[in-house]
This record gives sequence, C-alpha cells and structure tokens, in this order.
Amino acid sequence: MGIFDFYLLETIINGVLFGGVLALLALGLNLVFGVIDVIWIAYAEIVMVGMYIIYYLNVVLGWPLVFAALASILGVGVVGLLVHALIISPLLDTPPINQLLATGGLLFFLQSFATLIFGAEFRNLGLSMPILQFFELYISFSRLLAFGTALVGMIALYLFLTRTYIGTAIRAVAQDREIMSLMGVNTRKVYLITSAVGGGMAGLAAILLVLQQDVHPFIGYTFGPITFMICVMGGLGNLLGGFLAAFIMSQIISIGSFYVSTELAYVIAFILFIAVMFIRPEGLFQRRA
Amino acid sequence: MLTLRDVSAGYGSFQALFEISLEVSAGEAVAVIGPNGAGKTTLLRVISGQLPILSGSITLQGRSLLGLPAHRFIEEGIAHCPENRRLFPRMTVEDNLRMGAFIPTARRHFAERLDWVYALFPRLRERRGQLAGTLSGGEQQMCALGRALMSHPKLLLLDEPSAGLAPVLVMQVFDLVRRIRAEGFTVLIVEQNIQQALELVDRAYLLEVGKVKLSGTAGELKNNQFLRQAYMGL
Ligand SMILES: Nc1ncnc2c1ncn2[C@@H]1O[C@H](COP(=O)(O)OP(=O)(O)OP(=O)(O)O)[C@@H](O)[C@H]1O
Ligand SMILES: [Mg+2]
Repeated sequence: MGIFDFYLLETIINGVLFGGVLALLALGLNLVFGVIDVIWIAYAEIVMVGMYIIYYLNVVLGWPLVFAALASILGVGVVGLLVHALIISPLLDTPPINQLLATGGLLFFLQSFATLIFGAEFRNLGLSMPILQFFELYISFSRLLAFGTALVGMIALYLFLTRTYIGTAIRAVAQDREIMSLMGVNTRKVYLITSAVGGGMAGLAAILLVLQQDVHPFIGYTFGPITFMICVMGGLGNLLGGFLAAFIMSQIISIGSFYVSTELAYVIAFILFIAVMFIRPEGLFQRRA
Repeated sequence: MLTLRDVSAGYGSFQALFEISLEVSAGEAVAVIGPNGAGKTTLLRVISGQLPILSGSITLQGRSLLGLPAHRFIEEGIAHCPENRRLFPRMTVEDNLRMGAFIPTARRHFAERLDWVYALFPRLRERRGQLAGTLSGGEQQMCALGRALMSHPKLLLLDEPSAGLAPVLVMQVFDLVRRIRAEGFTVLIVEQNIQQALELVDRAYLLEVGKVKLSGTAGELKNNQFLRQAYMGL
C-alpha cells in the first residue's frame, strides 16, 4: 500500500468515528419524534446546554471531567423533561405548527441565555488529547473516545428499549398510542420519560462534542442542520434508519473533505439530502423502527 | 360482578348510548349483539373506561368505576381486546404479550403467565419471535386474546374477535373463546355471528341504535321470533 492509501483509509476511519457521533446526535431527536410526534427544533441548543454544563463544572468549578460528563447527561435529561412538561405538553393537542414555533422560540431563548451568562466567546476544556499511531495510521484519541462513548450510549438505549417494560411501552406508543391505556400505560408518563431519555441522549452527545470542539452560543448551527437532515433522511422517528443515514452522511463529508474541501463536502451532502427528499420523501428507510 | 345502570354516553353532541342497563355475573359469558353502528363498541369502550359516560353508574364487584383514569381500569381487572385486534405490528409476539402484562401485578407473574398463554395457544409459542404484523389473521387473533389474558382479568371484553376472518377461522376463534371460558374467565363478547355467539354464551343483549332492545338467556333468544327474522334470516 502506498502512502496515499493510508490517507484515504484514515479518512474513512475518521468518517466512521464522526458517524458514531452523528448517529448519537440523531438518536435523541429521533426518539422524541417517533414516540411523541413532536420535533424539538431547539435540539442542537439543548445539546449546547450540556456542553456549557460540562465546561462550567469542569473548567470553572474544577470538577473531574467524568463527573461533569455525568452531570451533563442528568442535567440535560432534566431539561428534556422540562421542555416536555412546560412547552410540549400544553400544546400536544393543538396543531403541530404550534409546537414547532414554541421549540423554535426555545432555540433563541437558549442562545440568548448562553450569551448572557457566558458571553459570545469560544470556550473549551483546554484538553490536549494524544494522537494515536497504528502503523502509518494517525487517529485522534478524542475521536476514538467520542466514538466509543457514542457506541456505549446507543447500546444502553437499545437495551433500555428492548429489555424493560417501560422501554417496550415507549416502542409500543410509537406504533399505536390510542390503545396504550388498555394496557394500563399512562401515555403522559411515557412522554415524560421519553423526553427525559431524549434529553439524556443530548447530554451524552454534548460530551462527545465538547471533547472535540469549542462551545459558543451559536454552536447549534454547526451541527443542528446535519442532525435534522440525518433524521429526515433515515425516516423521521426511525432509529435504525437514522443510524445508517448518519454513517452515510459522515462518509460523504469525510471523503468529500479529503478529495475536495470540507465546505464542498457539506454542499454535496446537502444536495444528496435534497435529491433523496425528491425521490423518497419518506426517507431512505421506512418511517419508524 | 359488572353492573351498568342507565348508562348514557356519546361523542361530542352525538349520543351513542341511551340509558343502558346491563349485568354480568362472575363466571358468566354474555354477548352483546346488534347491527353496525348500534353502539356495541361504544359500550365496551365505556366499560373499559376509554369513554367517559354522561350519566348512570358502572360498578365492578360493587365498586364504582366512575372517575377512574382510563389506564387504571385494567388494574381493576377489566381487560379489553379491542375491535380489529390492534396488535403492535412491528413488535414481536412476545413483546405484545409483555405489553399485556404491563401492570405491576401481572409483571410479577410474567414468566408463568407467558407459559400459560403458550400452553393455551401453542401456535403463539412457535411464533414468539415473529413480528405481530406478519402473523396470519387467525394467529393475530390468538395473540390479541393472549395479550388480553396476560393480566388475568376478572372480566374480559372481546370486541368482534371473529371479524374479518375466513369461515373456518371464525369457527377456530369461537373455539379459542370456548377454551378461555373453560379456564373460568368471565367474558363479555360483542359479536356479529349471532348464531355462533348464542351457542357460546349464557345470556345476550340485543342493542339497536344505542338502546337495549332485547335481552335474555341464550336459549330464549335462539327461539325469539323477532331476532330470528330480523337478524338470523330464519
Ligand atoms: N369516535 C367517534 N366519534 C363520533 N362518533 C362515533 C365515534 N365512534 C363511533 N361513533 C358513532 O357512534 C355510533 C356507535 O358506534 P359503534 O362503533 O359503537 O358501533 P358498533 O355497534 O360497534 O358498530 P360495528 O358493528 O360496525 O362495529 C355510530 O353511529 C358511530 O358512527
Ligand atoms: Mg364495533
């Protein structure tokens, strides 16, 4: 193998690692949509809350990173619960546009709130993670760590949804919400739990992102659009579809960046997305897992 | 065991049930028959708490069920196998049965109840890992019955279990219900196959436009002139 091939291999591996992060990002949003039929427009900003939680606890208060990370999962889980209880629940029986507008309002609120408290500066944990070398391959440890964490998070969610009664009920609600009361399931409670779990996933995603990039009040714009695209492309609410779409998109971006440029790679990804939407408006994969 | 007194109910300004009085004793099987749109499904939905009533009273073993939230009725012992089965199509047979055992009292006995349902319907055991939506019509009905039985209800409500099935399967479903009866369950069944239903139950009520038109023992109704002419074409 020539040196060139190693670069390409490295690109593909980085694409896979990036795909894991995107897949996890899509998961929380997708779960909430699949079960509650509601789209959190402010999802990326909710992830940002987690990034600031980690930054604040770790850098400002000096907590160990592990505890700050756990606090992000819990804290953003509570944010998810509150988003449902305070914003979505009162609007649940009104036209969907109201929920979009309300969570859209939340997006601007969170951005302004973050600016108010932390200012517009870019903040980071000041970590310096090693670059690992395998033969002639160079892989950044933070990416590997992010990928591993994403994998653990996704497996945990999978086990929760398939091995527990409440997880089974969450999947059941996505298939037939009207008969849940016949099973003795209180759907309002299931929605709250789903929102908390969706928030927890966002809190976990925040850990992965804050390991690799600076946080600032408008960071949601950098990964929000691609997250939404992945969910829609995989078939909104379809967890497995979103998972696969994340890896397709990450490879396009990774390989595109290698051969041309990052900007153009994103353009290609967006064009592909639009093309998919014309050919299969319901997404590449069937709606809902 | 179940007593309805002058129950009225409806959807918005449309009244679907008018002062229905009905009784089901422990161990009994009772049928509700009547033409399309008579209010049979509405009646079952009222009994399982899915639809609030406008007036009247409902009691189970002397306890009033009024004001209880819909998801609490199964804990009181009322399981409702709804019209069109309504399985979770993209979940396995076993996960569907698991949902039937969602309430805490049933969860504790999940393993033994599962064995018991599989013994009652061995076909389900063979299909335990299959997605419910891909089962045949008859198997789906078994799964729906099994799901309703997982909570070991005091009262089992069945809404047209034989609907949409080929004649040979209709016979099979009546057989299944007979087996459930033999296990000692109290059953309130809505049926369009009036003759077969009357072979199965102890008593029946005929519903027409939201009112009880006739009621009596299965023997009486089988010989009722009006019922024979209007509904059995005899
Ligand atoms: N969700 C609803 N909203 C408004 N009206 C309804 C609703 N459900 C039923 N109805 C009306 O209530 C009446 C009784 O309906 P119901 O479903 O109880 O009849 P049924 O006896 O079960 O009929 P079938 O044999 O066709 O199942 C009908 O006139 C029906 O149109
Ligand atoms: Mg009906």
